[in-house]
Amino acid sequence: MATTQSRTLARVMLLPSVTLLLAWMIVPLCMTLYFSFLDYNLLIPGDNEFVGLLNYEFFLTDPAFVESFFNTLLLVGGVLLITLTCGIALAILLDQAIWGRNYVRIMVLAPFFVMPTVSALVWKNMFMNPVNGLFAHLANWFGVAPIDFFAEMPLLSIVLIVSWQWLPFAALILLTAIQSLDREQLEAAELDGAGPFSKFYYLVLPHLSRAITAVILIETIFLLSIFAEILVTTSGGPGYASTNITYLIYTQSLLQFDVGGGSAGGIVAVIIANIVAIFLMRLIGKNLES
Amino acid sequence: MGSINLKQVTKSFGDVNVIKPLDLAIKNGEFIVFVGPSGCGKSTLLRMIAGLEDTTSGTIEIDGQDATNMPPAQRGLAMVFQSYALYPHMSVRANIAFPLKRAKVDPKVIDEKIAAAAKILNLTDYLDRKPGQLSGGQRQRVAIGRAIVRQPSAFLFDEPLSNLDASLRVNMRLEISELHKSLATTMIYVTHDQVEAMTMADRIAVFNGGIIEQVGTPMELYQKPINRFVAGFIGSPKMNFIDVSPKHGDPTHSLGVRPEHLKVTTEKGLWRGTVGVVEHLGSETFLHVNVEGVGTLTIKDHGDCTLQYGDTVNLTAPKNKILHFDANGQTIASLSWQ
Ligand SMILES: Nc1ncnc2c1ncn2[C@@H]1O[C@H](COP(=O)(O)OP(=O)(O)OP(=O)(O)O)[C@@H](O)[C@H]1O
Ligand SMILES: [Mg+2]
Repeated sequence: MATTQSRTLARVMLLPSVTLLLAWMIVPLCMTLYFSFLDYNLLIPGDNEFVGLLNYEFFLTDPAFVESFFNTLLLVGGVLLITLTCGIALAILLDQAIWGRNYVRIMVLAPFFVMPTVSALVWKNMFMNPVNGLFAHLANWFGVAPIDFFAEMPLLSIVLIVSWQWLPFAALILLTAIQSLDREQLEAAELDGAGPFSKFYYLVLPHLSRAITAVILIETIFLLSIFAEILVTTSGGPGYASTNITYLIYTQSLLQFDVGGGSAGGIVAVIIANIVAIFLMRLIGKNLES
Repeated sequence: MGSINLKQVTKSFGDVNVIKPLDLAIKNGEFIVFVGPSGCGKSTLLRMIAGLEDTTSGTIEIDGQDATNMPPAQRGLAMVFQSYALYPHMSVRANIAFPLKRAKVDPKVIDEKIAAAAKILNLTDYLDRKPGQLSGGQRQRVAIGRAIVRQPSAFLFDEPLSNLDASLRVNMRLEISELHKSLATTMIYVTHDQVEAMTMADRIAVFNGGIIEQVGTPMELYQKPINRFVAGFIGSPKMNFIDVSPKHGDPTHSLGVRPEHLKVTTEKGLWRGTVGVVEHLGSETFLHVNVEGVGTLTIKDHGDCTLQYGDTVNLTAPKNKILHFDANGQTIASLSWQ
């Protein structure tokens, strides 16, 4: 792509797809923005009056908003923490020359193929159910009272389920990164007297920084919009204890048929996502440059 | 201190026997070079000495102590890898300080040692750079710096100069030789390069297929190789081998003559042939002469040689420069040198 001609050609060729993508993004965004300024409830037909920032005021001053905002952060942060620490540990394990590691690698990847609703259902009914769940049986076997996960620790339970889904992704990206670490560096460190911990801290972790950054950025984008797991397990409850912004918008716009309020919530969510993205890029984006 | 004693060491990877039982005594302060064809086990043996590879059987003694099962860090050896193996996320200073920090050396002492090493190796201006911002030769020097600050009892080099260009290689070769003179520490050096082996070594060990064919000073190996393999391996261009039909009472199966000992003569010589390719290198000329019934002989002649393709020449060589080999390829000492 060096000559002017090839660059111009490239631009022309890219134009249709860029236009399409832009339209795909801009049109819904503008419509949402437009709806968010209207008094637009499906249960109350009639003129959809222009109400200015009233929808935003309702959404932002709703006590549920603050709670779900922090729930969103806790959800994203908790899942990132678990998937990264367990992912690094798993990647190091899978990198060892263990017997049958090819099969183990495929098995580790399996949760990623299970769709969110299904995995949430499996966890809800087979593991975390206070009567029939595996954990309840285990607790009974040890003679302690079983925990009612979704009543006692709803957000943590969802964090666990989502972490289980995203662990393979993190582990796989970190594994490929670990595999590209120069073996001679590790050997040199061994000769230099570095123990396993020093080797991990001074060689493996810095080597992984780029992969860790990629995992954080990609996972954050998806984790901000977790929805199915909440709907299937707790429906955001008890109260708003496990409601995140995405789920709050759903309850606002669909359960209360308030298109205007939901749209305002959507715009707020877009703004929050952008703030998080800018914050993350500032914080760790430099790791992506070599 | 830095004497290393290998006693009947072997190494197998699964069923493959890479190092056959092997004995070698390396004296304190010696510069010993391992040479041999690719895949003959030089790196493997070096890594066994360093402790990066388990020894299948036999013992490795370092300074009279059995070190066969010692972890690498405790052996007191330093290794310089072909790929340098610098830590890419650390500055040059941190790279050199790494082994000292692991050994919990006082920070003041570390600073002094780094300054001293940087001065010896001309790295003072680069201490705060990352390895990625250095040239190949500078990286090599950092790797050596990281090795010398530990004051090891021996240095192990695995083809340290093979990633450098020719002129830099000459410089680094001299620097390493000088370093050896000033530190007087044992050095084991693996190389493919004839010139490095001949110029740097106190002794050379010639490897072949997991065994050591011969150990000796460069001149010993050059003048009195014990078999055809060593004779052919040491010296460049390669020694010429001439098969002869064994006569009754004479055990000679083949003769060996080095290119530099073959002379073009006007008298009736030992062989007669036609000149093939002529390679002018300026200071010297390599002639490839086709001799009927013998094959191609290489001759190293002086620089202003005027012979051309197709010329017929007579060749001769001093009697005491011709090596005689028996049926097994062993040198027959009584016939080869008096
Ligand atoms: N980890 C291993 N597993 C199996 N075989 C190995 C392993 N490492 C080395 N080998 C074999 O051992 C033999 C010796 O290898 P080594 O690296 O010591 O050769 P070398 O003399 O250093 O060769 P070069 O001059 O090309 O570096 C080779 O045939 C190689 O295939
Ligand atoms: Mg090698």
